[in-house]
Amino acid sequence: MISGSITSITILLIIIFLFKEASGLFNSPVIEEGYVLAFNKANPVKKLSSYQIKEIFDGKITNWDEVGGKEEPIELVRLSDLTKYYTEAELGANFENIPAKASELTAKHPGIVLFLPKNYVAKNFNGTLLKHETLRPGDFFGGKEWYPTASPSPQYGLLPLLLGTIWVSLGAILLSLPFGIAVAVYLAEICSMRVRNILKPVIELLAGIPSVVYGFFGLVVIVPIIQKTFQLPVGETALAGSVVLGIMALPTIITVAEDAMRTVPRAMKEASLALGATHWQTIYKVIIPYSKSGITSAAVLGIGRAIGETMAVLMVTGNAAVIPHTLLEPVRTIPATIAAELGEVSAGGGHYQALFMLGVILFIITMIISISIEFIGKKKYSN
Amino acid sequence: MTPIINSGRTDNKKRLSQAIAFTIFKLMSYSVVLILFLILGFIVTKGIGVISWDFLTKAPEEGMTKGGIFPAIVGTLCLVLGSSIFSFPIGIMSGIYMNEYAAGNKFATFIRIMTNNLSGVPSVVFGLFGMSLFVNTMKFGDSILAGSLTLGLLSLPLVIRTTEESLKAIDKSYREGSLALGATKLQTIRKVIMPMAFPNIITGLILSIGRVSGETAPILFTVAAYFLPKLPTSIFDQVMALPYHLYVISTSGTDIEATRGIAYGTALVLIVIVLIVNLLANFLRSYFAKKVKTN
Repeated sequence: MISGSITSITILLIIIFLFKEASGLFNSPVIEEGYVLAFNKANPVKKLSSYQIKEIFDGKITNWDEVGGKEEPIELVRLSDLTKYYTEAELGANFENIPAKASELTAKHPGIVLFLPKNYVAKNFNGTLLKHETLRPGDFFGGKEWYPTASPSPQYGLLPLLLGTIWVSLGAILLSLPFGIAVAVYLAEICSMRVRNILKPVIELLAGIPSVVYGFFGLVVIVPIIQKTFQLPVGETALAGSVVLGIMALPTIITVAEDAMRTVPRAMKEASLALGATHWQTIYKVIIPYSKSGITSAAVLGIGRAIGETMAVLMVTGNAAVIPHTLLEPVRTIPATIAAELGEVSAGGGHYQALFMLGVILFIITMIISISIEFIGKKKYSN
Repeated sequence: MTPIINSGRTDNKKRLSQAIAFTIFKLMSYSVVLILFLILGFIVTKGIGVISWDFLTKAPEEGMTKGGIFPAIVGTLCLVLGSSIFSFPIGIMSGIYMNEYAAGNKFATFIRIMTNNLSGVPSVVFGLFGMSLFVNTMKFGDSILAGSLTLGLLSLPLVIRTTEESLKAIDKSYREGSLALGATKLQTIRKVIMPMAFPNIITGLILSIGRVSGETAPILFTVAAYFLPKLPTSIFDQVMALPYHLYVISTSGTDIEATRGIAYGTALVLIVIVLIVNLLANFLRSYFAKKVKTN
């Protein structure tokens, strides 16, 4: 009994630990640890979102009225820019005058945004410091940019990754579903036992090939083909990911759909044939409609596989974290992001927590898929 | 007369559409075989030239552009062994519990749903979880132990399910016969049920070994080392592993062209492992099936 419960305990532990690591995300500061943003005292703006800060530092927002302030051009000053306003002698040989000068500068310029390390903030600093803002859920779930190494305000926008995942998975399922159903029909209804004995092991083998080998195959074969066919600058695109994932999802779809078709009662088939229907008419008028719920589970399961697949996608999709517009652009999926970035981040930071939050989202998606399959299966019984 | 001619026409039409549809299905099915042989053929032809005794028994040299993959092979073996030690006993026991003791009750149904859910969890999430629990919280560090436990959890649903299915396939009359002869439930399971279910369970276990040896995402943050020419000495050491090695040298090596050959070789070794595992499983399945029949 104890050993029986271990899977349930594992699921519970997964939930606990993923949430534990991810929970700090919305308490993490919007600007880099150890730095502050300072404004002139007369400036009415007291709050900036993570996205606004990034746009200011990218030079895309240049006036305070765009972020709810007065009509006043934004004057961006970093620590290194202080030398433009003061000579090195004025700042002191060991930069001991920086706190005083930074304070003075902030007081003089009404449109200033001063970005400097905390330890350079004077005790009697003459200006307002940006309040300790934390990342808002809206910035994460609605954020259009994933740029976790941006300075001073890292961007953790979910949308490009989520859309990338959906594009690649949908592409994969569109490619492999017709294929999978056709093969399932052939296996369940048409082919002889001898052919089935050849096809079955082939499909099992296809399921057994490690994902990293699929990725490698995609990288050296499919990517160059796509690049040549569509005359693209790079072949690492969402389409490459879809093709590789489509092949990988095939065994799942075939097996589940075939099992469903085999459960069609013999009597129904025979009745249809006895009424004069051809074998083909029986297949598409009786067998396929009857096994609809099984085929649906096959599709959903295939999508689940595709969404969670990591290595193959990581190797062939190009990993550009931008919102995709066509299948011929590089994309980056949620699992690929986790795999690519987790190795480089320090434990406990905002970036680390954001990656665990991605894990939580992935986990929730797959849970929904598992439960919906359970539901589809139940519905069939009640019918 | 007319209706008969008409029906003859529709008959022809029906037959034609059936022929067309069946041909399409047949072609699609055979193209699946074609895909498999394309992948296998490509990797075998490109990789076979790289494989040599030295390649299999030497450590990588000169920034991984020369030398072999021996440490990665050993690492993968360690991980397979470690995860099996963990997942086989627990998986088999819970399979027995669910089918023999708790069959049909609410608790077993709940566990079954949870097992299904667990098998749908993406491998990268297992990686995150393993890192959080084993590496950080339990302070195992990046080690064989942490990696094996993570992989063990990943293969657990597969082991449980095969055990359960093998037990389910055994006819009720054997259980009843044994119980009627005065054997206890435990004796029945040990002496009657397990020997009969054993072949199928073994087949499932072998397939799960195949899966574990090819997984990359769960070991990324729990055990895998980028480059580590020495062999592990304890379960708290990091190791190289074949799938991770293939990933690294095919995407982020310093000189991708120079390492391509080694990448083909590594892919071939991985494929061969999978082939052996599948053939072995198929062989055992048919071997035991014959044996049961002749008995």
